Amino acid sequence: MEITEGQNIGLHTQELTLNMGPQHPATHGVLRLILEVDGEVVKNCIPHVGYLHRGVEKLAEYRAYPSVMPLTDRLDYISSMVNNIGYCIAVERLMGIEPPPRAKYIRTLLSELTRISSHLLWLATHALDIGAMTVFLYCFREREWLLELFEMLIGARLTVSYPRIGGVRCDVNREFLCNLKEFIKEFPDRIVQYETLIDQNRIWLKRTKGIGVISAEEAVRWGLTGATLRGSGVNYDVRKKMPYDAYDEIDFDIPLGSNGDVYDRYRCRMEEMRQSVKIIEQCLDRMPEGPILAEDAPDLDMNPRGHRMLDGEFSVWGAGLAFTDEFVTTPKGELYSAVEAPKGELGFYIVSDGTGRPYRMRLRSPSFIHASAIPRLCKGHYIADVIAVIGTIDIVMGECDR
Amino acid sequence: MEFLYNLMIPIIKVAVVFAVTLLHVAYATYFERKVIGRMQCRIGPTEVGPYGLLQPFADMFKSLFKEDIIPAKADKAVFFIAPVIVLAPTMSSLSVIPFAEGFMIADVNVGMLFILACASLSVYGIILAGWSSNSKYAFFGGMRSAAQVISYEIAMGISLASVFLMAGSVRLDEIVKAQYEYTFSMYAPHLLIGFVVFLIAAFAETNRTPFDLPEAETELVAGYLTEYSGFRYALFFLSEYVAMFIMSSIITLCFLGGWTIPRFITDILPFLSYVPGILWFLSKVYFFMFFYYWIRATIPRYRFDQLMAIGWKILIPLSLLNLLIVAFVKRFVID
Repeated sequence: MEITEGQNIGLHTQELTLNMGPQHPATHGVLRLILEVDGEVVKNCIPHVGYLHRGVEKLAEYRAYPSVMPLTDRLDYISSMVNNIGYCIAVERLMGIEPPPRAKYIRTLLSELTRISSHLLWLATHALDIGAMTVFLYCFREREWLLELFEMLIGARLTVSYPRIGGVRCDVNREFLCNLKEFIKEFPDRIVQYETLIDQNRIWLKRTKGIGVISAEEAVRWGLTGATLRGSGVNYDVRKKMPYDAYDEIDFDIPLGSNGDVYDRYRCRMEEMRQSVKIIEQCLDRMPEGPILAEDAPDLDMNPRGHRMLDGEFSVWGAGLAFTDEFVTTPKGELYSAVEAPKGELGFYIVSDGTGRPYRMRLRSPSFIHASAIPRLCKGHYIADVIAVIGTIDIVMGECDR
Repeated sequence: MEFLYNLMIPIIKVAVVFAVTLLHVAYATYFERKVIGRMQCRIGPTEVGPYGLLQPFADMFKSLFKEDIIPAKADKAVFFIAPVIVLAPTMSSLSVIPFAEGFMIADVNVGMLFILACASLSVYGIILAGWSSNSKYAFFGGMRSAAQVISYEIAMGISLASVFLMAGSVRLDEIVKAQYEYTFSMYAPHLLIGFVVFLIAAFAETNRTPFDLPEAETELVAGYLTEYSGFRYALFFLSEYVAMFIMSSIITLCFLGGWTIPRFITDILPFLSYVPGILWFLSKVYFFMFFYYWIRATIPRYRFDQLMAIGWKILIPLSLLNLLIVAFVKRFVID
């Protein structure tokens, strides 16, 4: 007997529309997916974003350059340090400020610490989504340690606002360094601990291998970056291709996958954590003495545009930088500057009209671009794999919706 | 007078068994939270009472006094009755479990079959709960559960059939007595394949990790439980733990010699034979309860199609093979 589908025998069949999110335990915040499912197989998937929109880009237009910093904290709130640094580097490149070497090393060090803490959160939620509950709590144990380190240095745990345009806010203290050394000594063993639980676990392999496969060419065409791209074997990392801070002086490898599935991306991120430890060790060894803030760095209260317009005398300054006791102007022009955030390439596109505020600030947030690839990665898989795919692209809605 | 006596004894037995079991079930949740907590570098409940010992009661009162939310478009009658359909058969299977020699509420001659029948019946409650909630997640959970329980029950039944063959009876107390004659006083080493198959199927039957798909939190929110709250939710929760307790009891009775301990141990240490059988029974049951928690803390969750593939392509052929081997051994070696 031939097995016929409903339509062949004249029955009207229709795919079930399943609304996943914005309130759902596994959509990492407020991502909403409209799934069309046939049984458990996903036929179509439409991501909806915008539930966490706060108008960061618009808000930035009304603030002086240094005051935009707290807004960038709230983009990818898991790795606020990298957002801050990315923004600072963009403005530094715009203004032509060169931070002192010590500041560069401190920033590199903290970028990598943030990368570890972000990847820990990724691993925790990814594993929990696939059902490995213990990995989740193990990761949070180490993440807590990291956040305590941040608190020691900065006083804040999550929204750090630590870097400054032209440097960093305060120097690293002894307590922080001692604890950090202890952390990087201990952490590689902890990675092994996570891996013993899932790396060779048959269920984990079954749930991750061959899921959400994307080829190298296609990944590039979708605009994927970060570990999501490197899982497909494309060697692209902003830290190597467009080095910033101290990355060009530091020796590290870029882990690459080959199959472009959930498992390879998992492996990439796990290796990245090891590489981060390596970078931190080098930063600690090589960190030069010296100032932590450039001499020509603008003050926190860089004067806003409105004030300047009232005082006609400053308008003669035109192009180039000019400093007085309280006022800074910026060169006119446009600039794109990117850093390697834990999620992927985080780009800042700044249009400057020569005033103390960005005329336009556009963010190239990896999560937004990755969210657009969710349908491509999900189609034809099961509902449970949608969760694995959301986990594997490491989406954070704060950055996606801005 | 004799009539009253005949009436009172079962009632007292029922009261004792239910009270004791429910207490055990309540503390099974506490035990789970403590064990998993320790495994995950946490400490589990500590606040309510000394060492958090009153936590199960606090949870119970909380769910009793919570608002009973019924979705507007739910099928109310079915929605009300579904938790009861799940709980009632599960609780009644307690009546045929011998906790110690001669201590069971109902001495039925088809004890094991009765438990299997009850386990099958409670699936209806889950399907109805999923259906009546009028929610897609609950619906998916219900469907998954139905498919899962039906396919794993086959493997479970066939692996138990090998036990029946060996023991020549489906009475649980006779199965235990039959095991006592063997070297280790248990069937587990002799029916190793059946034992393993049953163990895996028991996880699926009780919807525990790695087969907790019907209530897979990260996929289906809470599966068939999504729309349930308060006391009705507690009923489902209760029946899940009672089912775990029953499955552990069946493994203990059918494969690990129930309330007996291996003869060679009592030969060496004769004083152990004075220990009441219920203690051995409970320690074996609690070992399996611990095993449930241990697995939950260790491994991820299967995907639905993988779960079905394991059930149909691995467990059922294995259990059939086991049955075949046992039948041959029984016919040509033992007899």
